[in-house]
Amino acid sequence: MNCTKCPTSTKAVIGLPRHNAAFCKGCFTTFVHEQVARAVKSHKMFTPEDRILVAVSGGKDSLALWHILLKLGYRADALYVNLGIGGYSEESHRKVRLYADTVAAAHGATLLVHVVEQEAGAGIRELATVLHRPTCSTCGTIKRYQFNRAAVEHDYDVMATGHNLDDEAARLLGNVLHWQEEYLDKQGPALPASVEGFAKKVKPLCRLSEREIAAYAVLNRIDYIVEECPMAKGSKMLLYKEVLNRLETESPGTKQRFYWGFLDKQAKSESAPESMAAKDQRTLHPCPSCGQPTTADTCSYCKMMAKAKTAAH
Amino acid sequence: MIVQLSHPTRQVEIKGPKRTKELLRELNLVVEAHLVIRGDELVTEDEMLADADRIEIRPVISGGARANSEL
Repeated sequence: MNCTKCPTSTKAVIGLPRHNAAFCKGCFTTFVHEQVARAVKSHKMFTPEDRILVAVSGGKDSLALWHILLKLGYRADALYVNLGIGGYSEESHRKVRLYADTVAAAHGATLLVHVVEQEAGAGIRELATVLHRPTCSTCGTIKRYQFNRAAVEHDYDVMATGHNLDDEAARLLGNVLHWQEEYLDKQGPALPASVEGFAKKVKPLCRLSEREIAAYAVLNRIDYIVEECPMAKGSKMLLYKEVLNRLETESPGTKQRFYWGFLDKQAKSESAPESMAAKDQRTLHPCPSCGQPTTADTCSYCKMMAKAKTAAH
Repeated sequence: MIVQLSHPTRQVEIKGPKRTKELLRELNLVVEAHLVIRGDELVTEDEMLADADRIEIRPVISGGARANSEL
C-alpha cells in the first residue's frame, strides 16, 4: 500500500478506509495536524494568543493532544491528576513527567500536578469504596473539579481534553440509547465558559479516531501508557466502542457520520451553546465551601470530600 | 513469528508468511481497534509478515468514563 498523497508514492504506514486513503509518516502527521486545525477553527476553540491548559493522563490521546498543540505553535501547559491507583498511577505519572521534561519543556510549556491522596487523604479506589460510588464516576467528579479549578485559578483561557471521535461517538450512542436528552445539549466539542468560575472546555481531537491518534503517538515516538486503567474493566463505554468499531469495519465512515451528523443537526437547531449558557447562568451559583459553580447547596466535590473525611474518622 | 499482545500481556507464535489483516483475522481482532507494529515501525493491513518478524499488536481503545460524563 502506497501513500495516496505523495507524488512519488512512498510506502504507506497506515491505511484510512474512512477517507479512502493511505499515508506515509510525513503525510499522516500533516493530516493529523490539519484535522486538529480544522476542529479548532470550525468550533472557534481558541486563538494563538490564548493560554491553554491540557488535561493529561499519560495515555495516547492527551499526550498526543499536548504534542500537536505545541507543534502547531500554541501556548499549552498541562495538568496531571494523580488518582493514587497504585502502580498504574505511578507509571502514568512517570510517562507524563518524562514527556514534560524531554519534549514540552523545550517549547516553554510546564506541567502542573495534583495528587488526590494529598488533598483527600486516600486514593480513588479507597474513596469510591468509602463513598459507595462507582470508581469511574468518583474519578470523573474529581478530575472535572480539579481541571476546572486549576484552569480558573491559573487564568487559562481554555481547558483542552483529549476526547477523540470514538469517545464522542460512544458517548453519543450511550446517551441516545438511554434517551438522556439533557446530556446531548452538552456534547459539543466546545463548551463555553457560561458563568464566572467555569473554564471554557474544548476537544480538539474530535475529528480523529482513536486508532489515528494511537498511530500518531507511535510514529512521533510519544511514550504513553498502553495499559488500560484497571478501574475501567467492563465499562459501558468500552462496549459501545467495540460495537461502533464492528460497524466501522463493515462500513467505513460510520463513526464520523454518526457524530458529525449529530453536530450538524445541533448547529442547525436553535443556537444550543447560547441557550446552555443562559440555562447555566439561571441555575448555577458559587458553592459556599469552595466557590466553584454548582446547582446544589454544596457542590458534589465538597460533599464527596466531607463524606470521605467523616468516614475516615 | 513472535506476536506480542496486550490485555492481558502475552506472546503467541504464529506461522508465517502472512498478511497483517490475515494475522488479525486469525487472532479474531478488529483492524479498527488495533495497530500492528513490526520492530518499531507501523505496518499496513496488506503488509506481508515473515516468520523472523517480531510483531506487536497494540490495542487502541481506552476509556472508562460514563457516557454522560462532562469531561
